[in-house]
Amino acid sequence: MLSVIDLSCHRGERRLFSGVCFQLKAGTCLHLEGDNGVGKTSLLRQISGLSPVSAGQVDWCGQPIADNESFRAQRIYLGHNLALKDDLSAMENLQFDAAIAGQAVDPDKVLGALKSLGLKGREHLPVRVLSQGQKRRAALARLLTRQASLWILDEPVVALDMPAQAAVAGVLKAHLEKGGTVLFTSHQPLTMAIPSASITSYRLQG
Amino acid sequence: MRPFLAVVRRDVSLALRRKNEVMTSVFFFVVVAALFPLGIGPEMNTLRQIGPGVLWVGALLASMLSLGRMFAADHDDGTLEQMVLSSASLPSLVGAKILAHWLLSGLPLVVLSPVLALQFDLNGQAIEVLMATLLLGTPLLSLIGAIGAALTLGVRGADVLLSLLVLPLYVPALVFGAGAVQAQTAGLGASAHLSILAAMLLIAAVFSPWACASALRIALE
Repeated sequence: MLSVIDLSCHRGERRLFSGVCFQLKAGTCLHLEGDNGVGKTSLLRQISGLSPVSAGQVDWCGQPIADNESFRAQRIYLGHNLALKDDLSAMENLQFDAAIAGQAVDPDKVLGALKSLGLKGREHLPVRVLSQGQKRRAALARLLTRQASLWILDEPVVALDMPAQAAVAGVLKAHLEKGGTVLFTSHQPLTMAIPSASITSYRLQG
Repeated sequence: MRPFLAVVRRDVSLALRRKNEVMTSVFFFVVVAALFPLGIGPEMNTLRQIGPGVLWVGALLASMLSLGRMFAADHDDGTLEQMVLSSASLPSLVGAKILAHWLLSGLPLVVLSPVLALQFDLNGQAIEVLMATLLLGTPLLSLIGAIGAALTLGVRGADVLLSLLVLPLYVPALVFGAGAVQAQTAGLGASAHLSILAAMLLIAAVFSPWACASALRIALE
C-alpha cells in the first residue's frame, strides 16, 4: 500500500504543488491528472525516490520510502526517458535492465513480453532502427519482465497507436487483478479497459 | 554481484559495437607518444630521460578523452535513472562503470606501452616498471576521473570544466608513475613508488564509487 501524506514540491522559490494526499491500496490504480507544468512528473519522481521528499511523507506499507529495501525492489518507474540503448536490441536491453535491477530473467519470458506488446520479429533489431512508438513498446515490456508490484508510469502511452494503447491497458488490468498497484499520468483515455471500481483519479493543482 | 557484472558486460558490449570511442583514445595515445621522438630528434639520452614522462602524460590525456562520455550517455537516455532506482547499491553499479571504463580505455594503453617505450630506447627492466606503473596508475586515473565526470554531469561546457577539475588531481599519479621508471634507471629501485601508487589506488577504489554515487544522485534530482 502506498500512502502520500501532505507532499509538496518547490523549485527554487516557486511552489509547484503542496498538500498532496492520497492512498493507493493493492489492486487499485490512480490516474494522476493535471495541466501541463503543474508538477506531475516531479510528483512521480518524488514518489519513486528519484527526487528527495523535502516536505511531507511517502510511505510504502507503513514505512517511509527512503532507504527502504522492500520498496526499492517492488517499484518500477518509467519516465519520459526510455532507458534503452540504441546500439543494443530490444531483447538485450530488457535482459540487461532486469539484471541491473538484480533479477534473473528467462529469455523466453522477454520474448513473450515483447510479443504481447506487438514487437514480434523485431526482438533482435538494434533499438535505433525502431520507430518512436516501437521504442516505447519495448520500454513498456519491462513491466512484464521485471517482478514489481508498484508501477509508476509517466505518460506510458505517448506515441502509441490505438492497438498498442489497448494492449497497455490490458497489461495494466492484468497487473491490477494480480493485486498490483499502478500510479500513472496520461492525457489519453487509457482507462476504458480498467474496471471503474479499481481506478480513482486525482487532480493535481498548482 | 549480478547487477555489477551486468553493467560491466553492457558497457563493454556497447563499446565493441561502437568502436570509434575506444579507438580514439588508443590512437591518441599512440600518436602522442610517436610525435615526441620525431619532434625532439634521435638524441638517445634525452629520449631515455623524457620517455616515461611522455608516456605517462599521453596515457593520462588519453584516459581523459573518454571520461566525458562515462555517465553522459546513460544520463541522456534515462539508464542512469534506472540504475539509481535499482535495488542494487548505486556505488557498486558506479564501480562497475569505472571498471568498464578502465577495461576499454586504460588496459589497452598498458598493453601498448612496451611497444611505444621502444621508441624512447628504454631497456627491458625500465619497460617492466613502466608497465607496472601503468597497470596500477590507469585504474587510478579512471577512479579519479569518474568523480569529475559525475560532478560535471549535465553542466554546459562540461568537457573543459572536467579537464580543469581532474588534471590537477592526476598530478600525484603522474609524479609517482613517471618517477618510478626514473628511479629504476637510476638504480634506486622502483618498489617505493609502486607501493605508493598501489596505496593511492586502494584508497581511490574505496572512496571514488561512493563519491560518484552521491554526485550522480544530486545530478538527477
